[in-house]
Amino acid sequence: MAALVLAAGGGLYRMTHTGQAQPFVLDGEARAALRAIVPALLAGALPADPQQRAQAVAATVERVHQTILGLPLATQKEVQDLFGLLALPPARRLLAGVTPAWSEAREDEVAAFLQDWRSHGLGLLRTAYQALHDLVLGAWYSDPAHWAAIGYPGPPEALS
Amino acid sequence: MSSPIPDPIQAGLARGWKVIDGAAQEHDLALAADVVVVGSGAGGGVTAEILALAGLTVILVEEGALKSSRDFKMREAEAYPALYQESAARKTLDKGINILQGRTVGGSTTVNWTSSFRTPPETLAFWRDHYALGGYTPEALAPWFARMEGRLHIADWPTPPNENNELLRRGAQKLGIPTGLIRRNVNGCWNLGYCGMGCPTNAKQSMLVSTIPSALDHGATLLTRARAERFLIDGERVQALDCTLLGANGIEASGRRASLKARHWVLAGGAINSPALLLRSNAPDPSGLLGKRTFLHPTLISAAVFPQRVDGYAGAPQTVYSDHFLHTQPIDGPLGYKLEAPPLHPVLLATTMAGFGSAHAETMRQFPHLQGMLALLRDGFHEDARGGRVQLNADGSPVLDYPLNDPVWDGARRALLTMAEIQFAAGAHSVQVAHESAPRYASWRAARQGIAALPYRLHAVRVASAHVMGGCMMSGDANGVTDPDGRYHGLRNLSVHDGSLFPTAIGANPQLSIYGIVARLASSLAAALSGQAAPAAGAA
Repeated sequence: MAALVLAAGGGLYRMTHTGQAQPFVLDGEARAALRAIVPALLAGALPADPQQRAQAVAATVERVHQTILGLPLATQKEVQDLFGLLALPPARRLLAGVTPAWSEAREDEVAAFLQDWRSHGLGLLRTAYQALHDLVLGAWYSDPAHWAAIGYPGPPEALS
Repeated sequence: MSSPIPDPIQAGLARGWKVIDGAAQEHDLALAADVVVVGSGAGGGVTAEILALAGLTVILVEEGALKSSRDFKMREAEAYPALYQESAARKTLDKGINILQGRTVGGSTTVNWTSSFRTPPETLAFWRDHYALGGYTPEALAPWFARMEGRLHIADWPTPPNENNELLRRGAQKLGIPTGLIRRNVNGCWNLGYCGMGCPTNAKQSMLVSTIPSALDHGATLLTRARAERFLIDGERVQALDCTLLGANGIEASGRRASLKARHWVLAGGAINSPALLLRSNAPDPSGLLGKRTFLHPTLISAAVFPQRVDGYAGAPQTVYSDHFLHTQPIDGPLGYKLEAPPLHPVLLATTMAGFGSAHAETMRQFPHLQGMLALLRDGFHEDARGGRVQLNADGSPVLDYPLNDPVWDGARRALLTMAEIQFAAGAHSVQVAHESAPRYASWRAARQGIAALPYRLHAVRVASAHVMGGCMMSGDANGVTDPDGRYHGLRNLSVHDGSLFPTAIGANPQLSIYGIVARLASSLAAALSGQAAPAAGAA
């Protein structure tokens, strides 16, 4: 079931976008999904101040986007299929169990969906979780602005 | 600010090296040489130097870009996309294993952690017994290892281990487990700890700063950002190599191509890309083993929190090891494992640690107090640990199908138990193994019960690899993709000179095995092609 939906989601997404082997596109509901997922993955690391927090989420979404654009085209297509799936309202409701639109979803709802996918019976959804985990946490901690919070001094200044 | 370190690559370019950047070409290219070497890592670099010194014309083809010390800024955000295959996120087919492989001039040697071991004698004995490789004795290989050790300054590392490695030594010692010190291929190392992002001081004696500059000084040509697409084969001979030139981002094709011609071809693209090129080329495969028996040293990871600072990002990344658990059972019995420590950097750590949200953030805040440990499972010896198989995606790109099965999971459980026990013995307050279901254990007692009871299955356990081997296995009988000299069965003018030759995993970090074995193969090849004995590499 999930495999079919994922294939359909990706197929639909590619039909409504450009042809094969094209660079990843993050728009519309796909971007809204990532914007909802970032705060759940980064809870405890994001700043508390609402304005700073919103800025940090937006910057992380953009960093994830740039990271994806650095992947091979075959991998970009896989990630495109994942976001195509997340962007489909039926998949969001049935597979992720998130009823409201991504822009309305609460952080605890999103966290529950991520936990569910993390140990899901379907390998496809587990790998989707791991891709989101690695993309978002990698994007956050690759940013020198977030190193002080974890006590990392960064590389030696004189050579970097 | 600009680096105060002299850059040997920039200096070489200034004195006229023949380096062709595929991304800068406005027209298709046609090039010819005595020998085309595909891949510029450990196998390709050693081969290119030996052939060039023998007076042969050489073209070295590399899919990655030519980066050098002035580019190596010790930042993961830049280094992984620029220097690694698939931004350091290459995965096996079922995404059960994450694979670290270089994709830049120098290949994985530009980004490896400098650990240097000769091929273990018991591995060579297994090859002689099972794969008719009678010439692969420690005695026969010793002069080749010695030669490459001299060439690459491989020597004992005199500086005390950093705390991350010292804790492996200390914990093991408490438990009566012997450890050793790792030799490194460095010359004038600053002990910074950023080997994995390209050496910013040119101390690491990678192919980038050793054999490749030497080959270029002797007239070789380097073609970068060129993906070797397929060999054009006529009967038993490779006639040409068709390359796709990549755009400046190294991802998309630029629309230009390069057509290469040579008398002889050396394939050294690494153990995933070498078999893949042959598969794309519909190369003959009389043994039926092309792309099969691909090994990874599937690697388990455990992190521990110590009361003192560990600063796992600082200092030579790997200096202590233990081979104890490679020898506690027969070589073809339950999988043995080598213990080492990994350098800890924010992205590598954040993506390796399971979970998310506040628990993950809390672990990350303990970064300076975290110690990391690795257990590398020795695959390829046990009857049911036959490794993986290289396949092609619809677009021709390679993917490794490596099913994780019971012998691997059994080894994973024992390895995680061992690492947690050592970390607690070294004084850890808590241990977090890289497993989706594992809680933070506060005592060895809790860890022993907990780790034994964890589920061992796909995606639950984090498994990584930085050592891809096999897929073009050599053998002294018909059951090999190549003969013991790396000559390809079915193609008279093709040799394989990289880690894909190995019929099993090595059971140690493979770089020196590749250097030594390939130095021998390349010297024989140079003599055969030039009609005279090859001069010693580095002598000129």
